[in-house]
Amino acid sequence: MTSFAVHLPVLQVVVPLFTAAVIPLLRERSLAWAAATAASLCAFATAVLITVAVRHSGPMSYAVGSWPAPYGIELAVDAFSALLLLIVTGASSVALLIARSSLDLEVAESRQYLLYTAWLLALAGLCGIVVAGDAFNIFVFMEISSLATYILIAGGSKHALPAVFKYLVMGTIGATFYLLGVGLIYMMTGTLNLADMAVRLGEVADTRPVLVAGGFITIGLALKAAVFPLHTWLPNAYAYAPHAVTVFIAACSTKVALYVLLRFDFFVLQGNLSGHDSWFTALMLPLSIIAVLAASVAALRQRDLKKILAYSSVAQIGYILFGAGLMSASGLTGGIVHMFNHALAKGALFLAVACLAAHGATLSLEGVAGAARRMPLTAAGFVAAGLSLIGIPGTAGFIGKWFLVLGAAEGQPVEIWLAIPILLGSLIAVVYIWRVVESLYFGTQCSTAGTVREAPWWMVLTLWAAVLGNFYFGLKPGLPLELARHAAFGLLAGQE
Amino acid sequence: MEYIGLFNYWVFAVLLMIGMYAIIAKRNLIKKLLALAMFQSAVFLLYITMNKVDGGTAPIIRADVQEQVFSNPLPQVLILTAIVVGVATLALGLAIVVRIHETFGTIEEDQVYVRDRE
Repeated sequence: MTSFAVHLPVLQVVVPLFTAAVIPLLRERSLAWAAATAASLCAFATAVLITVAVRHSGPMSYAVGSWPAPYGIELAVDAFSALLLLIVTGASSVALLIARSSLDLEVAESRQYLLYTAWLLALAGLCGIVVAGDAFNIFVFMEISSLATYILIAGGSKHALPAVFKYLVMGTIGATFYLLGVGLIYMMTGTLNLADMAVRLGEVADTRPVLVAGGFITIGLALKAAVFPLHTWLPNAYAYAPHAVTVFIAACSTKVALYVLLRFDFFVLQGNLSGHDSWFTALMLPLSIIAVLAASVAALRQRDLKKILAYSSVAQIGYILFGAGLMSASGLTGGIVHMFNHALAKGALFLAVACLAAHGATLSLEGVAGAARRMPLTAAGFVAAGLSLIGIPGTAGFIGKWFLVLGAAEGQPVEIWLAIPILLGSLIAVVYIWRVVESLYFGTQCSTAGTVREAPWWMVLTLWAAVLGNFYFGLKPGLPLELARHAAFGLLAGQE
Repeated sequence: MEYIGLFNYWVFAVLLMIGMYAIIAKRNLIKKLLALAMFQSAVFLLYITMNKVDGGTAPIIRADVQEQVFSNPLPQVLILTAIVVGVATLALGLAIVVRIHETFGTIEEDQVYVRDRE
C-alpha cells in the first residue's frame, strides 16, 4: 500500500490522460461513456486516497522519473490541492453519471465519443494544474484543460460558437499573460519550481521584473478565473454548453484558476514583494465586492435559467476572492471552503437544470413554468440546492459565508462594514432563486408543457445525491473545513 | 547604447502591443486569431532572448572542447512546448471560425453577434 500510495499524485493525471487516448478507439457511444466514467471515478478514488494520505501524514511530493526537485518535475500535493482534487474529480464523476442521457439531446450519437475524449483531457488538465509543483507544468496543464474545455462547450447549441470563440481569445490572452510573468520570474531566479522560486525570489525581491511578473500572473489568472471585470466570457459559455458539461465546468474550472492565483500570490510572491498584501487587498477587495453586487443584479435581469446561474457563479467567485482579500486566516478559510461548498451547490443546481431539460423543455423562466407539477422531485431538488446557494444555515453554502463574515468582523472596525455586501449578495440570491422557484411552482403551464415529465430516475437520483451532499456538508462541515484551514495556514505561512 | 542592447525586448513589447491592439480592434475573426498568434509569438521571443549568452553556443559537451560558453537551453525547450500549445490554440480557433461561418454565414464579429441574437 505504501509503495503504491507514493505514486498517487501522478496516477491522478495519468489515468484520465491515457484513457482519453483509448476512447477514440472504442468509438461506440456507450463504451466511450463507460470508459470515461470509469476513469473519472478512478480519479475520484485517487483523490480520496490522496486526501486520506495528506490528512494522515502531511503534504506529499513526487519526483517524476525520479529526478529530484528543483531540477526535475515535482508534483506537490498539500491540503489545498487535496480539496481542489476532490472538487474537480467529484464534479466530473457526478456530471458524467448524467451525461449519457443528457448528451443524447444535444450531440449526435456518432460524435459523442469525441466529446468524452475532450472531457477526460479537461479532467486530466485540471488535475494536472492542481498537483503540479512547478510553474511551467501548470501552464501546460492549464492549456490542455482550456483547449479541451473549448471543445466541450462548442458541443452545445449554435449560440455556443460565438461564446466559445470569445472564451478562446480571452482564455489564451490570460494564459499568455501567465506565461509572460513566469518567464520574467525565470529570468530573475533561474527556477520554475514554485517552492524553490519562493526562496530564490528573496535575493531579487522588489526588483521591477518581479513586480511586473506579479502583475501579469495575477491579471492573467484573474482572466481565467472570471474575476469581475474580466468575466464577460463566462455567462454565454456556461449557458450554451451542453448541460452535463455545464455541471462539470461550472463546478470546478474557474476554481482551479483561482487556486493557482492564490498559490502564486500567497505562496510565491507574498514574502518577496514589500507592500504585496496592501496591493492585493486594494485590488481584490473592491473587485470582489463589485462582483458580488453587480453580478447578482445581472442575474436578476436574466430570463434564461442557465444564465441566471452563470451570473451567480461570477458573484460567487467574488465571495471567494473577498475571503482572500481579507488577508486573515478566517477570511482565507472562508474563501477556500466556499470553493468546495459553491461547487456542491452550483453543481446540484446545474444538475437540476439538466433534469428539467431532460425532455426538451426550453430553459427560460416561461419554458419551465409550472414544471413542478409534472417533475416534483427535480423542482424540489432545485429548491433545496438553491437554499444552499443562498446560504441558509444547515446547508453547505452557509459555512463559507459564515467564515467570510467572521473574517470581516475580526479585522479593523472598518472591515465589519465589508460584511454588508456579503449579506446583501445573499439577499439578492434569494430573489433570483425565488424567481425560478416561483415560475416552477406557480407559473401557468404553456401549451408545450404537455411533453414535460420527470427526468430519468438515475438523473434524479444523482441530483438528490448532490443535494443531500449539500445538507451533509452543511451539518458536518468537518472535512472541507479542516482542509481549508490547513490550506489557509499554509498560504499565510509565507507572511512575515 | 543600453537601449540598442535591449533591442529584442523592444521588439517583444511592440509585438505584444500590436497583437493586443489588433485582438481588440479588428472585427474579422480570422484577423483576431492572427493577432492572437502574434501576441503569443511576442512572448516566445522574450523566452528565446533571455537564454542567449554573448558568444554562447549550443550546449553540447565534448571532450576536446574546453572553456566554451553555453547558452541556456531550458527556455528554448519550454518555448517549444509553448509554440505547440499556440499552434493547437490557433488550429482550434480556426476550426471554430469555420463552424461559425457554416452556421451564421459570416466571420465579421458584429454581424455574427447580430445573427446570433435572432
